[in-house]
Amino acid sequence: MSTRIIANGTDRQHDDTVIEIKSLSVSYKTESGYVKAVDNVSFSINKGEILGLAGESACGKTTTALSIMRLLGKNAVVDGSIIFDDRDVLQMPEEELRNFRWKRVSLIPQGSMNSLDPVIPVGKQIIEAIQAHGRVSKNEAWQTAGKLLSSVSIHPSRARNYPHEFSGGMKQRAVIAMALALNPALVIADEPTTALDVVVQKQLLLELKKLQRNLGISFLFVSHDLSVIGEVADRVAVMYAGKIVEIGVKEDVLQHPSHPYTQALVNSVPKVYGNRQVLHSIPGNPPTGIWPQGCRFHPRCQYAFDLCKEKEPELEISPTGAYAACHLVSKDLTKNQTDTKQ
Amino acid sequence: MLGIRDGIQEQDSRKVLELRKLKVYFHRRERLLGRKTVIHAVDDVTLTLNQGETLSLVGESGSGKSTLARAVMKLDKPTSGTILFHNKEILKQKKRELKEFRRRVQMIFQDPYESLNPQSTVFTTIIEPRIIHGLVSGGKDERKAMASRLLTMVGLDPSTKLYRYPHELSGGERQRVAIARALSLEPELLIADEPVSMLDVSIRLGILHLLQTLKEQLKLTYLFITHDLGVARYIGTRIAVMYFGQVVEIAETEELINHPMHHYTNLLLSSIPGSEREQPLAAGADVDYSHSAAEPPSGCRFRTRCPNATKKCALVEPILIEITSGHYAACHYPLNESRPTDSISQLEG
Amino acid sequence: MQSVKIVDERRKFSLRRASAVSGILHSRRAQVGFGIITIFGVLALAAPIVAPFSPYMFPAPGRPYSPPGATFLLGTDNLGEDVLSEVIYGGRVSIMVGLIVAFLSTGFGTLVGIISGYYMKTIDEVLMRATDIVLILPPLPLMIILAAYLGPSIQTVILVLTVTAWPSVARVVRSQTLSLRERPFVDSARVAGASDFRIIGRVLFPNLASIIAANAVLMVTAAIVGEAALDFIGLGDISVVSWGTMLYWAQSYAIFNGAWWWVIAPGVCIVLVGLAFVLISVSIENIFNPRLRSV
Repeated sequence: MSTRIIANGTDRQHDDTVIEIKSLSVSYKTESGYVKAVDNVSFSINKGEILGLAGESACGKTTTALSIMRLLGKNAVVDGSIIFDDRDVLQMPEEELRNFRWKRVSLIPQGSMNSLDPVIPVGKQIIEAIQAHGRVSKNEAWQTAGKLLSSVSIHPSRARNYPHEFSGGMKQRAVIAMALALNPALVIADEPTTALDVVVQKQLLLELKKLQRNLGISFLFVSHDLSVIGEVADRVAVMYAGKIVEIGVKEDVLQHPSHPYTQALVNSVPKVYGNRQVLHSIPGNPPTGIWPQGCRFHPRCQYAFDLCKEKEPELEISPTGAYAACHLVSKDLTKNQTDTKQ
Repeated sequence: MLGIRDGIQEQDSRKVLELRKLKVYFHRRERLLGRKTVIHAVDDVTLTLNQGETLSLVGESGSGKSTLARAVMKLDKPTSGTILFHNKEILKQKKRELKEFRRRVQMIFQDPYESLNPQSTVFTTIIEPRIIHGLVSGGKDERKAMASRLLTMVGLDPSTKLYRYPHELSGGERQRVAIARALSLEPELLIADEPVSMLDVSIRLGILHLLQTLKEQLKLTYLFITHDLGVARYIGTRIAVMYFGQVVEIAETEELINHPMHHYTNLLLSSIPGSEREQPLAAGADVDYSHSAAEPPSGCRFRTRCPNATKKCALVEPILIEITSGHYAACHYPLNESRPTDSISQLEG
Repeated sequence: MQSVKIVDERRKFSLRRASAVSGILHSRRAQVGFGIITIFGVLALAAPIVAPFSPYMFPAPGRPYSPPGATFLLGTDNLGEDVLSEVIYGGRVSIMVGLIVAFLSTGFGTLVGIISGYYMKTIDEVLMRATDIVLILPPLPLMIILAAYLGPSIQTVILVLTVTAWPSVARVVRSQTLSLRERPFVDSARVAGASDFRIIGRVLFPNLASIIAANAVLMVTAAIVGEAALDFIGLGDISVVSWGTMLYWAQSYAIFNGAWWWVIAPGVCIVLVGLAFVLISVSIENIFNPRLRSV
């Protein structure tokens, strides 16, 4: 019971959990040994909810996303369990996996808008996705393709256009339409707005929220851009060096961050609104490959003290209700003042 | 009927850079049909950059901001117009003048992974410009000392980084090396083309702060190109907004952010995540406006997306004029405190 | 204090470069390749010392068509000359021709390719059309004509092989140059004030080095085989002993006299040396890969 509470970051009921990731760890085999990319990550996504997975490069967010679909290469060693519809995805045999992929959970990979086949009309590419997963007549498939395009605000007649006749935002929406082809319960979107202009980006985020409302689809929205996640997510999980360092309801995590990394990240984004700020940069670099001992963020943390160098903190509930993995969170606020040594 | 663009009158401060009616057009031939398309990358831009300021040039992809930077750096040849550096024409320079120009104006590129020669060490990369300009007398020791000093100035430790190759450095470190290289000639004007866009969020501020510090220490002037209004605001003293090859608004930073006058600026501000405003787009307007694909609309280029467009906007190209002190906008019906927009919608020109 | 640290860094840097060179020996293929080349190279260089006889002896040391035995390890040819000695001396010629052709054709082809790719427009058009014309020239008729004018000789062989080989190098280098010149670090050099000369020599060339070297090595194999082919049909200087001319003579005389050793010896040598260069071509490009220079 307690594990589930931690994974969710709230005290809510979990009957409507769509997917639950439990103690997921991923290592990659390289010439010089094993490199851990994801370390004991647990979280769940509820029905009709958008969970934002935030973090910088090499924090493990893309690996986490890909592991849900079991799309990691042969050199990846995956541990833990991913529970969907009472089945563990990581243990599924090929046949079952094929039914799972795209039909129950689909993926919009990074840069996918540029990976559309340039010599095949967009509509046909959507149909291929539909027909690959079941016997559907050509007519039916085209109809479905038309409906899918409408659902992302593209006129169905554009189905016969080629990708180069679509603008960037339209291509991205077409890719989303493809991901929706088989009515999945969960869509994983990996950096879907990164290559888009800000005006188009906002439209796309509105589109996603519309899909969430109308179709009740859950999203795992992976992005390095905290402000984008702030626009679209209901709950937010922040990853650093392979672990989740904070997870909770969006307002709690982004407006009242408990973890120093989240705080620093939120405070390092120059804002257009509000007063002119003086921001503070985070010293050092995000770690790649070799993680520091103890708390992985401690070398860059302004609040670090002795315990931080020795012991890795666990996710614990913070005063805001979010969960944060920080030694400061597990003590009460008054103790913080005396313990902070620098 | 085309409006005529005036030069902007800037009386105060020393003018470091001035662009007058700059046009950079690219000709592309449609292979099968043999039809030539012209891309109006930079279309009739007049702009002034003053000593000691940081002008943030903001625009989305296809707006022409990078092309403008490349034209100033003489990497691309302008189609027409002039570029003046300290009031001297730079487009037709003789060899010596060109070399002098290159010493005084430098550039930082967007992609830290591609702007450093992978075969050169940090040391070679930093000292190379000086060697090219014959500014290193003395032997190896002097060069090493100079390179080390530059590295320290950008926050890197020469004892561990001086002989590294680019692939051994992180993105932020590479960008610092690029900055050190740009500084090695002791320039006075630095053009930064999206220097932090490809860096991790937590690294960006470090680079921005470095640039600010260097600006103060070395008395530099910056032309800072970005698509991110937040960054533009953070680092710029003035902001210029580009749309479809033209400058549509210029003002001091806080003035532009708080009182945008051009509808495109307003659209940008409302699109930024966190904005409570709805995006003011004309009904049925193309959200995904691809500048490079289309021919510019007649009159005001933004009119096809602007909710306030009228007949006049289609006929007369608006001129960049000063609306309030220091605040320029190219719009027939600029947003202004005292003039609510809904009363203008059906006015005849 | 600071300067001492940097000196250490400099020393480490030289060590890293050295280790990169030795690094290319890490692959089994490269080891085999280099091994073979070393053996043949030593034999070729030390021919007068190593070879038991001179291949041009008169009178010949042995009886014609003797099979391999104690005195003549690879038997004798139709004149009674020692085949082993012929193979060793012949190696000098064949390998030398291979190296010279590879060097000249790669050098010239690179020059044309870089200039063509860097300047583009008119220069590119002109150079590429010239290259195309040369590309079409068939080597055999060209060889026959040149042999008629200049007389059949090693020089003529080298000339023909070089002329017919450089266009492919030029194309490869040109296409690499075209893509390299668009990369921002080339803009960066221009912005720093580098002249075209400097950009070509110090920015483009080092980044082309690995592909040029890999191609050059493969070119050696092609040239050795090419030389053998031209000699085999009698277009080379048949009075000089090389692996190709050995095959030329052998084709007329060996078959009817059962002298299989005379055919196999030069053939195996061509195959081995050709193979050796192919094996090292993959590793050669690693010398120029900066990623191998890190600790």
